Amino acid sequence: MGDLELGGRSWGSRLIMGTGGFRSLRSMEEAIAASGAEIVTVALRRVEVAASGSVIGSLRGAERFLLPNTAGCYTAHDAVLTARMAREAFATDWVKLEVIGDDRTLFPDPTELLDAAETLVGEGFVVLPYTNDDPILARRLEELGCAAVMPLGAPIGSGMGIRNPYNLRIIVEQASVPVICDAGVGTASDAAIAMELGCDGVLLASAVARARDPVKMAAAMRAAIEAGRLAFEAGRIPRKLHAEASTPVEGTPEWSS
Amino acid sequence: MRVLVNGEARELPDAISVAELVAGEAPGLGDGRGVAVAIDEQVVPHSAWDATKLQDGQRIEVLAAMQGG
Repeated sequence: MGDLELGGRSWGSRLIMGTGGFRSLRSMEEAIAASGAEIVTVALRRVEVAASGSVIGSLRGAERFLLPNTAGCYTAHDAVLTARMAREAFATDWVKLEVIGDDRTLFPDPTELLDAAETLVGEGFVVLPYTNDDPILARRLEELGCAAVMPLGAPIGSGMGIRNPYNLRIIVEQASVPVICDAGVGTASDAAIAMELGCDGVLLASAVARARDPVKMAAAMRAAIEAGRLAFEAGRIPRKLHAEASTPVEGTPEWSS
Repeated sequence: MRVLVNGEARELPDAISVAELVAGEAPGLGDGRGVAVAIDEQVVPHSAWDATKLQDGQRIEVLAAMQGG
């Protein structure tokens, strides 16, 4: 299985883990270790509500690449400011760009997203945008210079899986940057499907963090993503309505009846 | 001197630096890794925290790392 080439670097794992939603920091650490993820996302919040300095301590201790997000931003203006703050806080140019349209669906706001992506690419950021499963929007983001496109499989935290596999296939077909399925994965088979469709990676959090046993689910996701990628590289057989015998017909004895 | 810190009106001593403010707001955050400060929506780099003094009427955001998707 080949490495994931993302942002000018090679990654052995195709799983990117979010760090939100875990019951405890210990649970988060153990699940991330079991997932094999090298890239983990983190957020920025006002200090009085930030849990503590320990989240960054525990993640950095494990030598993981911290990918800041702009979660909670509803405008390009706010997302750009948050990305600039994250660059300073985490000493990285990488940003998972989220610009949300409303708090019921948490779907991205396409026009604000494009605005923010353009500004941040111009400022030298490695922009990884969370986007709708819309091939045209994905193409626009790529044209602006984003380092990847990260279409949702289903709404954030919904666990509904890959609701529009056909759109994901079209996005994969046309993209020349990595496609990371971001959001919607509920269980291992969802992640495998995303990879079988040709996604280069999967970003997930809730499916692991909120599972009854996060460590076991993290291991399941790791295996599913590897299996899905191998199946994609191997090339699946076409679907057919009727049977096709796998045992040769030629040489079948003719018994008298 | 009156400023807004993370949306809250605060009375602070004159000529307090960004470094001093952070030390007061987030004592556990030590070296400033995982912390960022903006004054009136302009990011203040870590290297300028000591030299940058707050001024009356400014809006300051002090953000820190937390878990997130």
